Amino acid sequence: MQRIGVFVCWCGSNIAGTVDVKAVAEALKNEPGVVFSTNYQYMCSQAGQDMIKAAIAGHKLGGIVVCSCSPRMHEATFRKTASQAGINPYMVEIANIREQCSWVHKDMATGTEKAIILGKAAVAKVNLNTPLTPGESPVTKRALVIGGGIAGIQTALDIADAGFPVDIVETKPTIGGKMAQLDKTFPTLDCAACILTPKMVEVAQHENIRIFSYSEVSEIKGFVGNFDVTIKRKARYVKEDICTGCGACVEKCPMKKIPNEFNLGMDNRSAVYIPFAQAVPKVATIDPNACNMLKNGRCGICAKVCTAGAIDYTQKDEYIEEKYGAIVAATGFNPISMDKFDEFAYSQSKDVITSLEFERLTNAAGPTAGKLLRPSDGKHPHTIVFVQCVGSRCSACTEKGKEYCSKICCMYTAKHAMLTRDKYPDTEVYVFYIDVRTPGKNFDEFYRRAVEEYGVNYIKGMVGKVTPEGSKLKVQASDLIANKQLHIDADLVVLAAAIEPDKSARPLATMLTASMDTNDFFTEAHPKLRPVESPTAGVFLSGTCQGPKDIPETVSQAGAAASKVIGLLAKDKLTGNPCIAKSDEWMCNGCSSCGKVCAYGAITYEEKEFRLPDRTTKIRRVASVNPAVCQGCGACTVTCPSGAMDLNGFTTTQIMAEVDAICK
Amino acid sequence: MQVITREQLIEKAVSLLAANTVSCVLGWSRGEFDYDVSPAVFRSEEEVRRNFVWNDFCGANMSKYLISKASGVDGKILVFLKPCDTYSFNQLLTEHKFDREKVYVVAVPCDGMADFRLIKKVCGEGIISIDSEDAILKVKTLYSDSPISVPLTDVLAERCKNCKSKKHVAYDELLGEDGNVLESGRFDEVKKLEAMTAEERFEFWQNELSRCIRCNACRDVCPACTCEKCVFNNPSSGVENKAAANSFEEKLFHIIRAFHVAGRCTDCGECSRVCPQNIPLHLLNRKFIKDINEFYGEYQAGEEIGLRAPLTDYTTEDIEPCEIFHRRDTDA
Repeated sequence: MQRIGVFVCWCGSNIAGTVDVKAVAEALKNEPGVVFSTNYQYMCSQAGQDMIKAAIAGHKLGGIVVCSCSPRMHEATFRKTASQAGINPYMVEIANIREQCSWVHKDMATGTEKAIILGKAAVAKVNLNTPLTPGESPVTKRALVIGGGIAGIQTALDIADAGFPVDIVETKPTIGGKMAQLDKTFPTLDCAACILTPKMVEVAQHENIRIFSYSEVSEIKGFVGNFDVTIKRKARYVKEDICTGCGACVEKCPMKKIPNEFNLGMDNRSAVYIPFAQAVPKVATIDPNACNMLKNGRCGICAKVCTAGAIDYTQKDEYIEEKYGAIVAATGFNPISMDKFDEFAYSQSKDVITSLEFERLTNAAGPTAGKLLRPSDGKHPHTIVFVQCVGSRCSACTEKGKEYCSKICCMYTAKHAMLTRDKYPDTEVYVFYIDVRTPGKNFDEFYRRAVEEYGVNYIKGMVGKVTPEGSKLKVQASDLIANKQLHIDADLVVLAAAIEPDKSARPLATMLTASMDTNDFFTEAHPKLRPVESPTAGVFLSGTCQGPKDIPETVSQAGAAASKVIGLLAKDKLTGNPCIAKSDEWMCNGCSSCGKVCAYGAITYEEKEFRLPDRTTKIRRVASVNPAVCQGCGACTVTCPSGAMDLNGFTTTQIMAEVDAICK
Repeated sequence: MQVITREQLIEKAVSLLAANTVSCVLGWSRGEFDYDVSPAVFRSEEEVRRNFVWNDFCGANMSKYLISKASGVDGKILVFLKPCDTYSFNQLLTEHKFDREKVYVVAVPCDGMADFRLIKKVCGEGIISIDSEDAILKVKTLYSDSPISVPLTDVLAERCKNCKSKKHVAYDELLGEDGNVLESGRFDEVKKLEAMTAEERFEFWQNELSRCIRCNACRDVCPACTCEKCVFNNPSSGVENKAAANSFEEKLFHIIRAFHVAGRCTDCGECSRVCPQNIPLHLLNRKFIKDINEFYGEYQAGEEIGLRAPLTDYTTEDIEPCEIFHRRDTDA
């Protein structure tokens, strides 16, 4: 039997308002093992903690029960208190009488009764608690950033500047991501390339950063501080270290009719290509699906014109293995497909475009060299209709679009409308919106300027249908404020397509065992207090893979993720969680049920020799848990048919004792 | 009457022994009575020829014996498996219970096995001998002058009447021809129980389970019961060899067992076959199987090696617990 102390917290009036804390302390005095019981206004305060320490010393307590808020809030606090007073921190149990009791009950009598029962359960558990000691594991002082957009770039730079080596894995031939495709950026209207490309160059030149472009993460094993990652370097058929990026091959390549991804298919590139002028690394890549030499061995011109001798048609995909202490997901976003929104005639007319395509059309390095021309006939459009929320806030039909707000569309549409009116004042511009959302520094001012100074026609209402007719697009819409139908003959329709996480995020989350929401955005460890960490230890989130956000927000989050990574890599050793699974080898029959349910790959099997009571030996297959990998989720303990698997700190007998105490 | 004869099996066993393909044989051995057939390991041609039997009473599922017998042998052990036995065989391999390399499986087609308790119902006690000819059993008893003829189909064990599969899902060698997975009425009885009111159902099970003498035969024969230390033999479990203190507790042993094997039970029916009190234990297991099929999609334990049972797997299509309660409430 332990000598147990019970400490009932008022949490001001949070608990004491609906729970008679004195009665709880009094009732728990009589529980088996309890030798001391008291109550106090704020147990988590210094005075409250001092009271606990004094009681531990004065009453020679071996374990304590704190009846207070959720263990998520203050378990760590009270464990530290206990350990300072000289008892094992795992001899502390929290009875949650706030979130699970006082906050959900209105009546003092019921609240008090339940608080006493929760306290009894915690006492019953402490009676069976044993001291636990966490293990330690070393930290590999290198970070992996997956995704080379502005989020990944900023995270990598910040980590590298702190002195830790960083690798960026980018699936495209160049880093830069979506920001490299943008024209101007709101609300200051500086050119995206002008502010992004210096950062790209900085990454390339940084002594602590390696870029694995045209590469993918193919396998992740291990755990926080000790990830083993396999990176697939796709064959680009060009020796990256030799290529000078001179572009001679690109110029001479005869296959010139390949849709150019960088310009969203609005112009063509050659089979050997450099995505854009400021690409990093500035090396050519051969598209194996388009290159004649690779497809049927006929051509080889690029190899002939390459003075550096960088072309290598025999290159194969290469797998490299590297160790990392921390992993940052920065996989970014894509606009959703417009397939399900054919009421806007995206598939029927070249002059119905997405906003990202509009960015390319107005970009000096784009397919029209920055002149706003219709994709169909190359003429200047005189009437442009912008449609907002295409697929965003689509709660009525989640099959079709997304329930969430894509957050950036209101601002970039205002930007597009404003810039159009600025450059081509003869153009009539309409913006159809559900709401205009502009929370951000200088955002609303920006939007007001589009309306008031530039005369953009903002109309509250949605476009119902776009019908191509001759060279015009008949736009049928409703004006909700004037309460009337509108018919506009437009030359160009621009759809603000919702954004969604990149398709690579889901398989990556599976490899990382990181959790995601139903929209495939990575989930944070805590939506408010730990917004840049995944619940999976050692995995951090940067940019739009966590949720829609604009560039300033992405950069701030990228920096925040970097600071978390730096905090992790600065440690030499990590203290583990001692509440992990363990297998009783005498009971385990090696059936492998636990291994199948373990989400972390923490369980392996070995053939072990056992000496039996009759002095013979027997070799049996038994499970063994890797304490560094186990997260203590308990899935194995409930799966084990033999009852051989148990969880330290949450053993079956402890839990049954709690249940018994509650049901008594 | 079985398609494959005893002689064919003996010749197969003898030739595999002679060729040193296997060093011993796991099969059915002659008992005190013709219907009293027991599992046995045969180590020589002579033993096989003397005691090996194959008749309408070879219901015993040999798979579980491989756990203890396969590890000790030099070379391989030959085992004869009926179609339903092969599901247990695969399930045991899924659970890494023995080394597949140590076993040589000869698949034997099965026309269904007789339940001697049903024969006794027809012919009375005092059975001296049973011969079978063309699916007719000739039963000689102490109390009748001439043999009584009983068609095998009339005395088939319940699990054979509702045979789920004539197809072997594992073997090294097949004798005769393989059959198919069958559409069986094996859930009909469960449906009847489901249609009862809770009180009627309670009464039904109380009536059945109160006969239990806790001999543990069902557990010992069950191929899914392979714990190193059974919870009912473990002093620290708190339920060890516990005598039923009341009518509620006497049910718990079987309900705990049914939960324990849920998702792993192949519905081989051995529990009911060996029960000396004739309790239809297989109905408990079939209720679980039926529920699993309805909640998570058709699942047959042991159909393939390495299958993940729905109860220890998760897919986004899994039924929501509230839906299960909803169904129960609307059914009731």
